[in-house]
Amino acid sequence: MLLTGPNGSGKTSLLRQIAGLLPLDAGTISFAGFDRRDETHFVGHAAAIKEALTVSENLAFYCDLYGSKVAAPDAALARLKLGSLASLPARVLSAGQRRRLALARLVAIRRKLWLLDEPDTALDMEGRETLLAIIAGHRASGGMLVMASHGTLDVAASRTLALDTDAKAAA
Amino acid sequence: MMRAVAAILRRDLALSFRAGGGAGIGVIFFLCVVMVVPFAIGPDQKLLTSIGPAILWIGALLASLLGLDRIFGADAEDGSLDLLLLAPLPLEVIAFTKALAHWLATGLPLVIATPLLGLLLGVEFNALCAAALMLLVGTPAIAFLGSIGAALTATLPRAGLLIAVLIVPFTIPVLIFGTAATAVAITEASFFGTAFKLLLALALFSFVIGPVAAAAALRIGRGA
Repeated sequence: MLLTGPNGSGKTSLLRQIAGLLPLDAGTISFAGFDRRDETHFVGHAAAIKEALTVSENLAFYCDLYGSKVAAPDAALARLKLGSLASLPARVLSAGQRRRLALARLVAIRRKLWLLDEPDTALDMEGRETLLAIIAGHRASGGMLVMASHGTLDVAASRTLALDTDAKAAA
Repeated sequence: MMRAVAAILRRDLALSFRAGGGAGIGVIFFLCVVMVVPFAIGPDQKLLTSIGPAILWIGALLASLLGLDRIFGADAEDGSLDLLLLAPLPLEVIAFTKALAHWLATGLPLVIATPLLGLLLGVEFNALCAAALMLLVGTPAIAFLGSIGAALTATLPRAGLLIAVLIVPFTIPVLIFGTAATAVAITEASFFGTAFKLLLALALFSFVIGPVAAAAALRIGRGA
């Protein structure tokens, strides 16, 4: 599902509500057949990167934290063109490379539902291609995806929800 | 689950001890407090010896308050806290692990430094060991109670002072029974009196109430 809408229309709020990181004013969000805490990836504006740790330590931490269904972290880093930076502290990364490291979590840890908040921010053309390929792979393997975007990513969404600043659309 | 707990512990310790982590600040502050006291009191050996353990306790308490805001504040700033909340791990366990890592990085060095610093106050060796033992039990209690304040103020910038104001009243019992147990250990040479048992009880109490209250505070903060 693709979320579109102008700044301040509530895309981020809705994503955070689905993730359970923001209270609901009314209504409920239910998950069919899986537990939110076991199957959700959230990639927000903040990349959740510790600058004092190396690139591979940052990713390895989330692999250990999120447990079971972990693919090879090294392969995930290589896929996002971070392989040669793996042993460098994350503070030397550029904005685009930080974004790539955050996205490497999606590849390294298999989870059903991805909540992506403008995931292409600061990515170059080639990074966007990689991101699109990762998203396509996730959908092909039966994964779900809710993504907020300003239409800069060329995805064929099965559903699009256009949010409006005046009348907040209900989820 | 143990793997996730170990990962949080390892990461928080690495962050504390690497550049900019601030694990050493508490010990340096402790050293400063203990060092200036003899200059302020004057060269009265008898007085210094008698108030030495209390000075050590006050120094350790104040030093423990430093850096409490980093337990959850740093993770809230860079978005890591969101991802911790989405981990398949009870929030209470995460809060316990983070408080434990904080104590290992900032509290345990205070305990280790106590015998050395006590020499500056002219406290006898036996009394130093007693003070260090009591601090070994007391500082985790302060750290775990402090984690509640840290969780309540996780999303506030520069919350250190606010945490101190919130937490100091709750650490008063620890200070009372800690200094009392130390005094008993020195004067009566019995380590395991009533005051020590109460100090131990306070520590155990804080291990339970701290993570539960901190997790509740984080949930309220996120509305989850």
